[in-house]
Amino acid sequence: MKKGMVEFYVGIFMIIGIVCSSYLIIELGGVRVINTNDYRLYAYFSSVAGLKKGAGVEMAGVEIGNVVSITLDTEKLLAKVELGIHENIKLAEDVMASVKTSGVIGDRYINLSPGGSETMLESGETIFNTESAIDIESLVSKYIFEKEEKKK
Amino acid sequence: MIIKSVENFGFWTTQQIENVGRIFIFLFTGLFHIFTFPLQIFKIIEHTWFIGTKSMVVIMLTGIFTGMVLGLQGYYTLIKFGSEGMLGSAVALTLIRELGPVLTAIMITARAGSAMAAEIGVMRISEQIDALETMNINPVRFIFSPRIVASIISFPLLTALFDVVGVVGGYVTGSLMLGINGGIYIYRVNESVVMADITGGFLKSLVFAIVVTTVCCSQGYFTHLQTRGGFGAKGVSFSTTTAVVNSCVMILVFDYVITYLLL
Amino acid sequence: MKSPLIEFIDVKKSFGSNHVMQGVNLSIYEDETTVVIGKSGSGKSVLLKHIIGLMHHDSGKVLFKGEEISSMPRKKREEFKLNFSYMFQENALFDSMNIYENIALPLTETSRFSKQEIRKKVEMRMEQLEIQGTSNKYPAQLSGGMKKRVALARALITEPSIVLFDEPTTGLDPVRKNGVHAMIKSYQQMFGFTAVIVSHEIPDIFQIAQRVAMIEKGKIIFQGSAEEIMKSDLNEVSNFINGIGDFMEY
Repeated sequence: MKKGMVEFYVGIFMIIGIVCSSYLIIELGGVRVINTNDYRLYAYFSSVAGLKKGAGVEMAGVEIGNVVSITLDTEKLLAKVELGIHENIKLAEDVMASVKTSGVIGDRYINLSPGGSETMLESGETIFNTESAIDIESLVSKYIFEKEEKKK
Repeated sequence: MIIKSVENFGFWTTQQIENVGRIFIFLFTGLFHIFTFPLQIFKIIEHTWFIGTKSMVVIMLTGIFTGMVLGLQGYYTLIKFGSEGMLGSAVALTLIRELGPVLTAIMITARAGSAMAAEIGVMRISEQIDALETMNINPVRFIFSPRIVASIISFPLLTALFDVVGVVGGYVTGSLMLGINGGIYIYRVNESVVMADITGGFLKSLVFAIVVTTVCCSQGYFTHLQTRGGFGAKGVSFSTTTAVVNSCVMILVFDYVITYLLL
Repeated sequence: MKSPLIEFIDVKKSFGSNHVMQGVNLSIYEDETTVVIGKSGSGKSVLLKHIIGLMHHDSGKVLFKGEEISSMPRKKREEFKLNFSYMFQENALFDSMNIYENIALPLTETSRFSKQEIRKKVEMRMEQLEIQGTSNKYPAQLSGGMKKRVALARALITEPSIVLFDEPTTGLDPVRKNGVHAMIKSYQQMFGFTAVIVSHEIPDIFQIAQRVAMIEKGKIIFQGSAEEIMKSDLNEVSNFINGIGDFMEY
């Protein structure tokens, strides 16, 4: 084995390996280069069960931002969600944020339904109209127990 | 008789503790000498060629078939819940979190780890390691340090290759053979994998690199000290077998520990 | 009388219940060729390995210029090792390297010579030992005698002041044997090193020996000049030299 050939093949190996790694990291890992032009909004929910950092924020099915962080507000005892919204999207004051599920066992995301107000939200302000994650379990039990009560 | 067996047990225990100590001293000496001058660049390249480049084909083969079988199994499980669209995330997450690092490490152990143990074992029994010492060349630095650097370079890259090829394998069965929409498959792969999965996978492969190389090289290096498998060629064969078996067990043990710590 | 370069004082060494050395006393003098003879398995190689520090004795002293070897500080020990070369019984050439790399290894790894200087030195040695043209071959492709010469070239490349030979002629035909002996002698005169040879080539080896020591049952039972050992009236010595074994023992 000539020395030059060893180096050549190791070079090929390194290039292929690095290409694969960067595909994993950039494409799949989604190093979402945090867009500094995004502006921040806050929303309080009584439950965000299943929602994860980085999940999408959609309006009319179109992604317009991400969930930046999820924390518990210790005073209100509510989940405080920080949203990063693309800067060219202006949202009305009375926009409504709700935690939705895509499919039956799919991922959680935040859906924004447009409001009618003239005043627009500024960076750092809070969305007041919120709707928490639908708890399938409680819905089901409610349905069953209501039926039983009716029977009586 | 009781005293005898207690004695034996005590002897065995001290021996095992000595072994552990020896392997750790071996590891730390090797790691330390990575950084002592002159750096052994060409030897690192040579070992990367052996551990990395020459393993590519076998890694791609195992990768594609693992991905394909995951696609097949996943499809028939998911279709029961009517959510065969999730196949992409099932395949990608299984590969990137678990099977990629583990199977890559096991395949490299089989291909390169056994060779390392045998080669170093032969060097030991033919006095080449003693010869190094008489030439004032540190044998651990000469034998082990370049190999561990080459492993640390090769393992993560081969794991990445395995993951990518595996995801393609899942696409082949899921989309081309079973008819899931290709776009949905790719979308699910993209959507479900997060950075933590990828870094976790890389962390695993780095730990496996150190574990496998240390176990295999130290088995070869200390061939003359083992007493169970005989000496000479038989001793080398015993060391090689022990190296491969121990490496595989250690890979799975460390896999559990790391997964537990990461979750 | 001049003081010895290397001195063994009551050195004992055992592997488990096998007492290989039971109080060895031996003196090795500078610029002399000392030959250690004895039966196979009498601990000749072990003795040699104690000099260079590959093995450590259980009790007693191994002195180099009056200083205990095993208690030398690290730095001094490395300098001490630079004076030595060791030729192994089985040559111990590196199978994965070609002949050139094998011979050059002690220089490439431990010295600060440039590549050209190393190449020049290696080529010179290869010429002296008549192994030119084998640079790109691997040890496995060479004959036994060639390998010996390669091993000798590697041992001499660092220009050591002391060379230890562990049975340099095992596995060679009689002609080659004498060749190796002549080679050792001529190089010893050429480079002026102190040689310690472990051997059982009797009586050929006496031609190159200035001093002979015989080891038997873990002890040195004789040391003196080659003429003296031929005249020795010790039973074991004369029996060994004349090839008469105590067959009942085996």
